[in-house]
Amino acid sequence: MPEKNSAIHAPLQITGLSVAYQKKPVLRNVSFEVTEGELIGVIGPNGAGKSTLIKAALGLIPRLAGEVKVYGKPCNQQRQLIGYVPQRESVDWDFPTNALDVVMMGRYGHLGWFRRPGSKEKEIAMECLSKVGMADYATRQISQLSGGQQQRVFLARALAQDAKLYFMDEPFAGVDAATEKAIISLLQELKRSGKTVIVVHHDLATVKEYFDSVLLLNVELQEFGLTNEVFTRANLQRTYGGRLSFLDRQDDELLLLSGQGKG
Amino acid sequence: MSAVDSILSMLKDPNTQWILLGCMLLGLCSGVIGCFAYLRKQSLMGDTLAHAALPGICIAFMLTGIKSILLFLIGAGIAGLVATLGIGFITRNSRIKPDAAMGIVLSGFFGLGIVLLTQIQHGDYGNQSGLDKFLFGQAASMIGSDVTTMLIVCSVIIAACTLLFKEFKLLSFDPGFARGIGYPVVLLEQLMMFFIVVSVVVGIQAVGVVLVAALLITPAVSARYWTDRLGAMVMLSGLFGALSGVVGTWLSSTTASLPTGPLSVLASTLLFLFSLLLGPRRGLLAKQLTRIRAKRQLEQHTAQQPVQELAKEGGRSL
Repeated sequence: MPEKNSAIHAPLQITGLSVAYQKKPVLRNVSFEVTEGELIGVIGPNGAGKSTLIKAALGLIPRLAGEVKVYGKPCNQQRQLIGYVPQRESVDWDFPTNALDVVMMGRYGHLGWFRRPGSKEKEIAMECLSKVGMADYATRQISQLSGGQQQRVFLARALAQDAKLYFMDEPFAGVDAATEKAIISLLQELKRSGKTVIVVHHDLATVKEYFDSVLLLNVELQEFGLTNEVFTRANLQRTYGGRLSFLDRQDDELLLLSGQGKG
Repeated sequence: MSAVDSILSMLKDPNTQWILLGCMLLGLCSGVIGCFAYLRKQSLMGDTLAHAALPGICIAFMLTGIKSILLFLIGAGIAGLVATLGIGFITRNSRIKPDAAMGIVLSGFFGLGIVLLTQIQHGDYGNQSGLDKFLFGQAASMIGSDVTTMLIVCSVIIAACTLLFKEFKLLSFDPGFARGIGYPVVLLEQLMMFFIVVSVVVGIQAVGVVLVAALLITPAVSARYWTDRLGAMVMLSGLFGALSGVVGTWLSSTTASLPTGPLSVLASTLLFLFSLLLGPRRGLLAKQLTRIRAKRQLEQHTAQQPVQELAKEGGRSL
């Protein structure tokens, strides 16, 4: 039973993970274990290996060394428990399909070979579209959606996967304020229903507000723990290698001016 | 002779019947599998595989001395595999981009193919006749057994694309996500590549190495102009391909000296031009009309609104 499993095993346990593109190491000896029901932000400068961490955890790219366990088992045995939101730019939005159809792809993993999605899948997909406020756009061709709407469609697809552990690769990148709000309330809802969500995030200003835990990454794991313990000026300075400029306000409150572009 | 008469006389001639059926099937299956190749941005891959097939076919013939589609398929398949591996190797180990790598590999293989072809024609291979036709194709040389092969290939490809529609769709749209939910992406990719090789090889006889890629790409691109749904696009593309085959055969049967394959390709190009111009929403005409309408609306809007309010509105939107 998955319920029992989750009590014993962590949703995600990574030990000694190393990844290299050609000879250059992108991740070196990363180990951590996440607690169930948390929102976790993965923070680090460009080229720190944030997306790579997610892709390696999902088994999308080969790893040099290390082990990834999802609820105590290798991730390819736990596909049904894993949901994934890739970067929006990773697909061609001119593909001949509509929003509802994309969301239904979230059900493909549950369908098995050859079987086509039917009315039940359609119903689930509609429900997920409503949850992200996109029900009115179900039959819209995906190239006619705005960037924020496309991102919501991707989130709805992940919801349709009905997973327990979610990986999201920069869901907030290039979205409008309304979408950002919609996404964050969705993340809160996922958390309330006991899901674990790991989010690659760029905007340092919102980290404290959004995430329970943060994982500071720069090729090596810098720090991992509860946000109010780990998300400190010293740790950030170390992670970003002094490429950040801070504006101190009174106490320890930080107002961050990130020199990073999105990317 | 009127068009109806010429179509009737074409349908009566048993020889032409085979050619008609063959070209139709070829157009159909190339159109269907071509959709996925096009959507996966592998349009050039069809061309590469076609050109790479030539030396493969020649070597298969030189080794066995037999002209058989099955042997050619194996030869072309191996050559195609070597070509794709070569492209992968070049792009991984150098700064050369995929399009340039494809260009290099494509022309390299084609050059080798031409050399081997000349070798075969000047050498003493007993059964050499007809291999040179592979360059530009000769649909008129198709016989019953060729058409049977095409029928089998075509049925297999269409059945596979129907059964694996959902898998192929996800693979074409978002391979990363497909891998994430546990699809054997590499296997599916290879299967798709295999289907492309197969349809290229059976097409070579009719259309030739140089033009066979057109049957993969052109109907798919044309079909995209008419629909925003993948299922409809695949069916339409198959239909466009089949139609091109029929038109090519018909034109060639009325004017005896014109070759069927190139005529089919021309027919499919015409269909493309037609789609490019008249496709709803995406077509050039539709786009122009939308622009004119938008311009007119803007002008009406500007004329109606007092200047002050317009200025206010402009300020707000900024």
